[in-house]
Amino acid sequence: MEIEQKFLKPSMSVVKTSEAQSQRLVVETMQTDPMKKTFVESETAQHSSTDGPAKIVIQDMNFYYGNVQALKCVNMTVPAHKVTAFIGPSGCGKSTLLRCLNRLNDLVDGARVEGTILLDEENIYRPEVDATDLRTRVGMVFQKVNPFPKTVWQNVAYGPQLQKIRKRAILDEIVETSLQGAGLWDEVKDRLHANALGLSGGQQQRLCIARALAVNPEVLLMDEPCSALDPISTGRIEELLHTLKERLTVVIVTHNMQQAARVSDLTGFFLLGELIEFDDTKKIFTNPGDPRTEDYVTGRFG
Amino acid sequence: MKFFQRFFASGTLFIWLAGGALACSLLLIGGLLALIFINGMGYFWPKDLVQLTLKDDTRVLGEIVDTQRIPETISADFPDGQSRIQLKVGNRDVYGLDFRWVDETDIAQRSWPKDVIAFERREWGNFYGWVTAVWDGDTPLAEGRDIAWSDWYPFLEQTESIHREIHHIEHDVIGAINADMERARLNLKVLESKGEIPQDSADILEREIQQREAAYQEQIERLVGLYERLNRYRVTLVDVTGEEKTFPVGGLVKAWRPNAMTVPDKMLMYVENFWNVLTEEPREANTEGGIFPAIFGTVMMVLVMSVVVVPFGVLAAVYLKEYARQGLLTRMIRIAVNNLAGVPSIVFGVFGLGFFVYAVGGTIDQLLFSASLPNPTFGTGGMLWASLTLALMTVPVVIVATEEGLSAVPREYREGSLGLGATKFESLMRVVLPCAMPGILTGLILAVSRATGEVAPLMLTGVVKLAPALPVDGQFPFLHLDRKFMHLGFHIYDVGFQSPNVEAAKPMVYVTTLVLVLVVLLLNMTAIALRTRMRKRYAGASV
Repeated sequence: MEIEQKFLKPSMSVVKTSEAQSQRLVVETMQTDPMKKTFVESETAQHSSTDGPAKIVIQDMNFYYGNVQALKCVNMTVPAHKVTAFIGPSGCGKSTLLRCLNRLNDLVDGARVEGTILLDEENIYRPEVDATDLRTRVGMVFQKVNPFPKTVWQNVAYGPQLQKIRKRAILDEIVETSLQGAGLWDEVKDRLHANALGLSGGQQQRLCIARALAVNPEVLLMDEPCSALDPISTGRIEELLHTLKERLTVVIVTHNMQQAARVSDLTGFFLLGELIEFDDTKKIFTNPGDPRTEDYVTGRFG
Repeated sequence: MKFFQRFFASGTLFIWLAGGALACSLLLIGGLLALIFINGMGYFWPKDLVQLTLKDDTRVLGEIVDTQRIPETISADFPDGQSRIQLKVGNRDVYGLDFRWVDETDIAQRSWPKDVIAFERREWGNFYGWVTAVWDGDTPLAEGRDIAWSDWYPFLEQTESIHREIHHIEHDVIGAINADMERARLNLKVLESKGEIPQDSADILEREIQQREAAYQEQIERLVGLYERLNRYRVTLVDVTGEEKTFPVGGLVKAWRPNAMTVPDKMLMYVENFWNVLTEEPREANTEGGIFPAIFGTVMMVLVMSVVVVPFGVLAAVYLKEYARQGLLTRMIRIAVNNLAGVPSIVFGVFGLGFFVYAVGGTIDQLLFSASLPNPTFGTGGMLWASLTLALMTVPVVIVATEEGLSAVPREYREGSLGLGATKFESLMRVVLPCAMPGILTGLILAVSRATGEVAPLMLTGVVKLAPALPVDGQFPFLHLDRKFMHLGFHIYDVGFQSPNVEAAKPMVYVTTLVLVLVVLLLNMTAIALRTRMRKRYAGASV
């Protein structure tokens, strides 16, 4: 069955029905508006050619900083084991949306969310969901490289230790596999107990990735992870993304359109808080459906 | 015209003004420290003794302390005027005064006799003169002006160990006996107040008290024996005017021949004097001896204060900064906290006296130490209440500094920690607070600096001019926070302005001031070193 057109941005890919794939999802739309509280049958997005099952489904998301609306009725479906990129000019809300996915915006004074975000069919904004548990499932790598002022080992073991893993042997193993997962093991294995702030910028960012991997998340959010790095470090992290997506789902915000084109399977273009277009990366960059997307990706503004 | 406009616009004048202001401050601080340092350090130097023969044939012997120009003597003959010199002549028991002014015009002759001896005595200040006789009881061992140093000095050296033993018995042994006896008496009193006394336990206590009394008598006898040994050998000293005085050797602290000493000898003695002042207890209404109890009291009070103020201030700042909803209320609290830092310290003293000493201490006495009432235990000024009062006074500083430290922790650290599934509390404990540590230590440094030098509130809450015992000793429970204590700042006031012999106390004031400055410096350096280590560990925290 079709989702009513009015719930979707006209530019957004229309979600098609296919009984075989359909997944029943409970959608609690706009809790402020009881009229819209309906059960809707939904299913995975239309990118059937490349898609796995949906990992994250965002429905009718509105986000406010006080009185300023930062996101306007965003709907999108992020498929599992894919790299999804958010692009758009500064202030378009892409980082805000990313930070909504692990509820990091909860901490911002005056922030307000309307709509639902489903992670594995469960609304992460339900009151009974524990945000700290959620964040172990949805890890994050930040724009500003932020290893803690501790040793490399302590940085990576930080997450597991929070989950009350105390045995040294287990922690050692987690540290090793996580660092290997982030492609950093060979470079730091001899200085695991040196201060992490002594590493180079690129190494620090990969350490942050390893740190996020150590809690074994299902989704990894990356907020412009390469904006402070040189091209070689950037290249290494991009390579890493290709291997990482076999293990988990990656959502990456980037200012760099070439990067989005290189690393992502799907790309969403945001403008002034709206999701203008969301489609296969190839399509966005070669044959966008919306003229504004075209203007942006061809460098006419932004 | 244009030149001046350009000149002003260029800011050259401003740079000179700013630089001048800095230079002035540095000059003032440097001058202050130099004054304290020179006067304080000069005290320990064994000065030469000069013998003056005046024109009227009287002779004066002493250390030159000061030289002054006499203003009204400026005339055609003496365009610069004449001077007078101040001598420390000592021998207070002979002359009545330790200091004497001599006009330079009256001096016929100056000499520096090599064999003159300076004695430091337990009473009456220094004696300058010569030994003319040595006595064992009433039998003379040696007589005459040519007595050798070795004829009597060994007796003086022996007295040191006797004095140490006396001190040990008086403070430690008898102190312990008294403490035990007091405890037994209190137990007895508690039993009595309950009405019916089980006869056997009362007997046990009575017997215990009697035993202690016997032990006390035994110690007293030991003391009498020791004092007899102290007084066995006596020396007869003669001063420059020929006046003779006979003392037991035990009444002398040390003797030296300043005019015969070489510079290395004097340096050695200088260090020794300095060390003695730092480690000994005061004598003669605090004007002689050392200042150890005051140093100990100051440092300990600051430590107790730090132990209270840091957790308290940090917790308050954490709530205000991290948990409280930011708004009008928190703004008002911040203003109030900042204003609290500006409240005069005597106000805190009055509060400490009224609240801590009388209200809290009085209640504690009622509840826990009712047996010893009406003698107060905590219901009077003491180390604990003074420390708490100072903690209250300095807590705003710690709150403000901690808040600043917390603000300086990059948001990325908090988010990074939260993003890994830490709760706010876990992030705070494991990432944010460690990173804010340098800020917290800055607060501690400021608090310590302010508290160390504070005197006014202490005078109301527990400082005394002479404390009978240190707040830490060998008697259970070892730490006596209810005791009154001595403090360097108060010591300065007391020695400088409350002492009967102000002139003699002057060097002591400078020494105490110097030590106070050094203690502040030492405490601050410790905290600063700690902060530097923290900073190094979190270096590059703002990548």
